[in-house]
Amino acid sequence: MSGKAITDERLNDLARLRRVRDRIDREYARPLDVEALARGAHMSAGHLSRQFKLAYGEAPYSYLMTRRIERAMALLRRGDMSVTEVCFEVGCSSLGTFTTRFTELVGMPPGAYRRSEERATAGMPSCVAKRVTKPIRNQEAPV
Amino acid sequence: MLPQNDPDESLAFYRDNLGFEVRNDVGYDGMRWITVGPPNQPGTSVVLYPPNADPGITEEEGRLIAEMMAKGTYASINLATTDLDGTFEKLQAGGAEVVQEPTDQPYGIRDAAFRDPAGNLVRMQQLD
Repeated sequence: MSGKAITDERLNDLARLRRVRDRIDREYARPLDVEALARGAHMSAGHLSRQFKLAYGEAPYSYLMTRRIERAMALLRRGDMSVTEVCFEVGCSSLGTFTTRFTELVGMPPGAYRRSEERATAGMPSCVAKRVTKPIRNQEAPV
Repeated sequence: MLPQNDPDESLAFYRDNLGFEVRNDVGYDGMRWITVGPPNQPGTSVVLYPPNADPGITEEEGRLIAEMMAKGTYASINLATTDLDGTFEKLQAGGAEVVQEPTDQPYGIRDAAFRDPAGNLVRMQQLD
């Protein structure tokens, strides 16, 4: 077991990685520019990618795709957008890449996912579906 | 309770920027426990505490906690406000780290998120 004390430099580096991750979360719909992210964090792109993966378990691009797929799942559940529209809405430029990654993470292709969720609120306009699937907070719903 | 590693920076965030009042501030051996809370809710407080004060925490665990705090994967708090957009603008203008702008979430809530100076995630939702 190492007796090395944690250095301020190490913590500052981790905080910089955190800011990169938060920025990826905020800007998930924009094309990922690792060079620009690295510049913002005062690191080289290679260093950023390696350190990010060590800290968070996946490289920046992979992390970004996970965020986009999560957002895509929410949009597909809404049911008012096509798979292609959702793909571009979450910032993916390739339907093929989007579909592959979605299927890997979710276990079924986006079209199948959209249909499986659609049945739950079939026939409802999306504004009504949103209301009935909203978590009940103030006991408004009749018993 | 939320961990903190810089009492002055934490006070700047919670007292000066977020507008919480300070109800207690006790220290020992360089460590500080600061109790803060919303001014209109005297019964609800958050204690900003030094995470390695517990002697039951090993050095290795202390390092791990410090790293997770820096990475932003350790602690978080959920708050609510009747003016989400106004609160968001005020915090952003005060230089707080923005994690998420006010957004209507698919789970039916409008919320936003910041980091406090210790890396804790502060999520806040709009109260209708």
